[in-house]
Amino acid sequence: MPAVSKGDGMRGLAVFISDIRNCKSKEAEIKRINKELANIRSKFKGDKALDGYSKKKYVCKLLFIFLLGHDIDFGHMEAVNLLSSNKYTEKQIGYLFISVLVNSNSELIRLINNAIKNDLSSRNPTFMCLALHCIANVGSREMAEAFAGEIPRILVAGDTMDSVKQSAALCLLRLYKTSPDLVLMGEWTSRVVHLLNDQHMGVVTAAISLITCLSQKNPDEFKTCVSLAVSRLSRIVSSASTDLQDYTYYFVPAPWLSCKLLRLLQCYPPPEDGAVKGRLVECLETILNKAQEPPKSKKVQHSNAKNAILFEAIALIIHYDSEPNLLVRACNQLGQFLQHRETNLRYLALESMCTLASSEFSHEAVKTHIETVINALKTERDVSVRQRAADLLYAMCDRSNAKQIVAEMLSYLETADYSIREEMVLKVAILAEKYAVDYSWYVDTILNLIRIAGDYVSEEVWYRVIQIVINRDDVQGYAAKTVFEALQAPACHENMVKVGGYILGEFGNLIAGDPRSSPLVQFNLLHSKFHLCSVPTRALLLSAYIKFINLFPETKSTIQEVLRCDSQIRNSDVELQQRAVEYLKLSSIASTDVLATVLEEMPPFPERESSILAKLKKKKGPGAVSAGELEEGKREGGEVNGAERPGDNAAIASTPSPSADLLGLRSAAPVSAAPVSAGSLLVDVFSEAGPAASTAGVNDDGFLSCSSALSSAPPSVVSEDPAPPLPESDELLNKFVCKNNGVLFENQLLQIGIKSEYRQNLGRMYLFYGNKTSVQFVSFSTTLNVQLKPVDPLVEGGAQVQQVINIECLSDFSDAPLLNIKFRYGGALQNLSLKLPVTINKFFQPTEMSSHDFFQRWKQLSQPQQEAQKIFKANHPMDTEVLKAKLLGLGTALLDNVDPNPENFVCAGVIQTKAQQIGCLLRLEPNAQAQMYRLTLRSSKDTVAKRLCELLSEQF
Amino acid sequence: MIGGLFIYNHKGEVLISRVYRDDIGRNAVDAFRVNVIHARQQVRSPVTNIARTSFFHVKRSNIWLAAVTKQNVNAAMVFEFLYKMCDVMTAYFGKISEENIKNNFVLIYELLDEILDFGYPQNSETGALKTFITQQGIKSQHQTKEEQSQITSQVTGQIGWRREGIKYRRNELFLDVLESVNLLMSPQGQVLSAHVSGRVVMKSYLSGMPECKFGMNDKIVIDKQGKAGASDEAGKSSGKQSIAIDDCTFHQCVRLSKFDSERSISFIPPDGEYELMRYRTTKDIILPFRVIPLVREVGRTKLEVKVVIKSNFKPSLLAQKIEVRIPTPLNTSGVQVICMKGKAKYKASENAIVWKIKRMAGMKESQISAEIELLPTNDKKKWARPPISMNFEVPFAPSGLKVRYLKVFESKLNYSDHDVIKWVRYIGRSGIYETRC
Repeated sequence: MPAVSKGDGMRGLAVFISDIRNCKSKEAEIKRINKELANIRSKFKGDKALDGYSKKKYVCKLLFIFLLGHDIDFGHMEAVNLLSSNKYTEKQIGYLFISVLVNSNSELIRLINNAIKNDLSSRNPTFMCLALHCIANVGSREMAEAFAGEIPRILVAGDTMDSVKQSAALCLLRLYKTSPDLVLMGEWTSRVVHLLNDQHMGVVTAAISLITCLSQKNPDEFKTCVSLAVSRLSRIVSSASTDLQDYTYYFVPAPWLSCKLLRLLQCYPPPEDGAVKGRLVECLETILNKAQEPPKSKKVQHSNAKNAILFEAIALIIHYDSEPNLLVRACNQLGQFLQHRETNLRYLALESMCTLASSEFSHEAVKTHIETVINALKTERDVSVRQRAADLLYAMCDRSNAKQIVAEMLSYLETADYSIREEMVLKVAILAEKYAVDYSWYVDTILNLIRIAGDYVSEEVWYRVIQIVINRDDVQGYAAKTVFEALQAPACHENMVKVGGYILGEFGNLIAGDPRSSPLVQFNLLHSKFHLCSVPTRALLLSAYIKFINLFPETKSTIQEVLRCDSQIRNSDVELQQRAVEYLKLSSIASTDVLATVLEEMPPFPERESSILAKLKKKKGPGAVSAGELEEGKREGGEVNGAERPGDNAAIASTPSPSADLLGLRSAAPVSAAPVSAGSLLVDVFSEAGPAASTAGVNDDGFLSCSSALSSAPPSVVSEDPAPPLPESDELLNKFVCKNNGVLFENQLLQIGIKSEYRQNLGRMYLFYGNKTSVQFVSFSTTLNVQLKPVDPLVEGGAQVQQVINIECLSDFSDAPLLNIKFRYGGALQNLSLKLPVTINKFFQPTEMSSHDFFQRWKQLSQPQQEAQKIFKANHPMDTEVLKAKLLGLGTALLDNVDPNPENFVCAGVIQTKAQQIGCLLRLEPNAQAQMYRLTLRSSKDTVAKRLCELLSEQF
Repeated sequence: MIGGLFIYNHKGEVLISRVYRDDIGRNAVDAFRVNVIHARQQVRSPVTNIARTSFFHVKRSNIWLAAVTKQNVNAAMVFEFLYKMCDVMTAYFGKISEENIKNNFVLIYELLDEILDFGYPQNSETGALKTFITQQGIKSQHQTKEEQSQITSQVTGQIGWRREGIKYRRNELFLDVLESVNLLMSPQGQVLSAHVSGRVVMKSYLSGMPECKFGMNDKIVIDKQGKAGASDEAGKSSGKQSIAIDDCTFHQCVRLSKFDSERSISFIPPDGEYELMRYRTTKDIILPFRVIPLVREVGRTKLEVKVVIKSNFKPSLLAQKIEVRIPTPLNTSGVQVICMKGKAKYKASENAIVWKIKRMAGMKESQISAEIELLPTNDKKKWARPPISMNFEVPFAPSGLKVRYLKVFESKLNYSDHDVIKWVRYIGRSGIYETRC
């Protein structure tokens, strides 16, 4: 090169950089840079043209200044000029500047594209590579638009150099990732796939990245790559370590390529062709065999490369999940890693084993490593590895080893890291429940859990234990006894007190026979904890006390004494005070029979997915607990709790707030209406008791509130059904009779706005769903009892989605369509039904007519069923202008000078339906003195007149 | 209550580290370096809170001084202390530089022990300090026991800033009124903001324990006297001359009670140089220079600038060290300057044309014109046109302050006010003196 003589090192640049490095302060640096910038500006501005070398030098300096964090706003043109140089270094610096500094919306982009195009067609491989790298580095949509067609051609052309092919493949991958719609492979597909057969390993490695990405989007088109990949893989695997020369890395042949091939194969199901499959299995076996061979080198790179391939192969084996033989072998080889010195290997082995454990073929094999895993859990130094070990234990657990694993996990829990404790607690709780054969064991385990790690026991866990105890008659006595014993510890966790309170309140009678746990002893034990507890626990304990009164009448006076004391009856907490007052009254007024009914034992809980499992799922995301496992959980849960009990709606409805959680149900089920005998009985009791009556259904621990429960058991609380329309939806509907836009509905979570327009028998309605919270709504869906376009299932916090409904009026109607909205907000299903404000009057076409015409038609419609008349009192002040506006909003034409009395309003219009047109005449006679209206409607169709009359009478 | 004091060089290396309280750990040293000195974005605030620890820093050339505390300390006190600390160090070894600090680190630790005790600032008067912290360590050994005990009683006594028994053959007194004028003016010549901050610096070489009284044309004093004297003529003539002082602070030697009651400034001066008072005025400021800018954009690639400066004071006075700084756009590629007087040069490293004039008499005017060539850029941002700034020095006080008298009384020794030789000097400098263009 001729430039060598002038010094390709660019001395000026080196001096400048060393100057900057030597600057003692920021200010000095800025001064130096300003000086340099001025110098470059004057050079660029200068009249005499710069030669390529100095241009390159200055552009390079600018680049350096930019990388120091200063803005550069000139020099782009010079950089573009450099592109057309035919010296490599100058071109390279030009491309470098452009990929770093030129943003996509620059006006220079056309010049740049032109230069790139020239280079791409230049046949000079280095220039082509530079251009391709620049395209990939910028990677903008404009670049994709300009070159997406060109690059595949370069990629598959026969005469392209290997290095260019490599760059082209990666460049195409980049463009595909930014704008997949512009990169159309169509005709090139098969030729791209055949790159897997290329002689040059570098090309294959680059192409396989591209193919993997493409085949994830459209697997069918690239199906042919499977057999090619298998043959390529087998060639690599079977090659001796010296065959591939450049691509052998520390005695391992082409490790990166092998990993990528294995990963590509994971995009597809096992090959159907027997030969291919056989070959693949052979490959995998070879890989497993090779992993067993003694290492050829002691270098860590050698073992890393070997293990990378091994893990990728195992991942493929797990993905196929069809070769029991391989699965078991994989499991055994992973087993060797469990005690490996490398922490990373142990981690990876545990992680892969987790997935192996879920396969039916290898589950047993995984179980053989239980001792090692338990050991890892105990002795491992790295917390993330311990976490994996816990995961694996959870995954390998089944009926045969549940007791051992649960015991180990419990003992580990005492020393476990704080960050994983909560998850461990959940896992122990789930395993204990899932594999419980003996329920006394289950109760013991959970109580132990609360004792050891009470702080980490979430509500769901102790809710669940109560559910199970209540549903299983056979453990109730044992549970009561165990709880009683556990409570005797001097310091016990609040959750323990909660469980104790609940269970003794329900089943304390089962152990009352023993003098050591006589009713009074039980009560005193519970009450000794009372003062140490938080308000919700105290509230629960109060409920337990009133249950005691029912169970053991002999404790009545003692308990009444407690309830009556100032600290209860005058407690500053409203909830506690209310409970104390109500229970005191209830116990003193109600007869034993009434008490027994009111304070009856809780009915069994209905069957549902274990709430704990749902919690774990939420905590870990969908990946952690596989769907199959959930199914199993459900099934097992079903076994535990016995047969389904249909008539348990009462119990569901009886549990507002926290225990609604317990049941995994937080529907907006309206708690109202449908009084049932027991409920009314209770209300009677309270109405005798005086003002306390109004506060019946406030108990929110779902324990005692069977009373209010019974009074409110709408049968449709099952959350999947559409909720009944909100009671206020009729009112909402009326708001929209005379207007088309506004807010239809609003609560704390959601706001629904409406915009609508109508023409003849057609209408279009825009619904806006606004999320008022900061949390996203998931699985958002809306259904109309007519059909509806689906709406975006996610509503981000604070965001709004829009839905368009096209409406066509086929014939006249009186009921508004129902809109049902369902979504999940923070895990809870929300369900609400609204009437869409589409009323018959929306399809009015105004008709102008003279006084004469009007009365003629009026007379024509004189049959009694054609007229609807209503006399009603004004709801709003009588303002002529407002009335006029409302009547116009109705859609009719307001006719002046028709009625002899100017106070009266007369309107005419035609309702357009697809089937027919219905003429309507309207007369509204206000009586200002009496504040009354008389509304008369005549229509050719009687139902229309009636409906309109109803609608309108609400408006004035 | 300062917990500790660190001095760093520009690289963030610790030169001096003195911790006064246990709540400041060693990691505080690193925390400041990482979060302030080496911060990715320049830290502008002089106070930084890092992990419940407050760092107060000042920078002198390339040296960072940081005071650290965990308590809710009076920030103004800390900064006052840091400035005092800088003054003391300058008085001992001149310019504060890495070199000087390294050469004097024993002295600095000695000073730090003296002027801060358990984080509470103590006597930071250079004159007093110099009596017992000397740079020539050997000399202090020759001090007699009596002298040493005298130091103790003096430092802890009522007048800690002056020792007894000072004798001079010639009783001399120098008084400098140093002012800096700050101005922001609109292109049309409208004053947007202006104020003068001034200092009265004294150098006294007086024998014994003299009592001094300082008088100036403070408006309140003049008005009071005018009323008391009831002579209209005197009131008028002096009233015109008087100035309104917005606020002022004094050296610790001034008797504040007397100032509060009679507004008279009386004090027993320290020996040597000290700052008697600081003040600020905002009304009736004499602006020594007027800058008239004229900027014309000729197309996208050229800018014509013409700046006229007019001096606005008595023709007999001479302004010195005049420097006008005309900012240039960031895409300047070349500059041609023509000026009648002085020298002008385009300084690329500062993005400005600097025009220097050595001397200029009052009521004169001078002009510079420049042609600036611009490089077209693809940046759409318009040039922000920073203001033209100016530096100068004039031999009068722009606030209009006049020293009326400085009386010295020494009852024990036999010299009177007339025997003291007094020198008064006024210097007006530019602070931030800017005109928008």
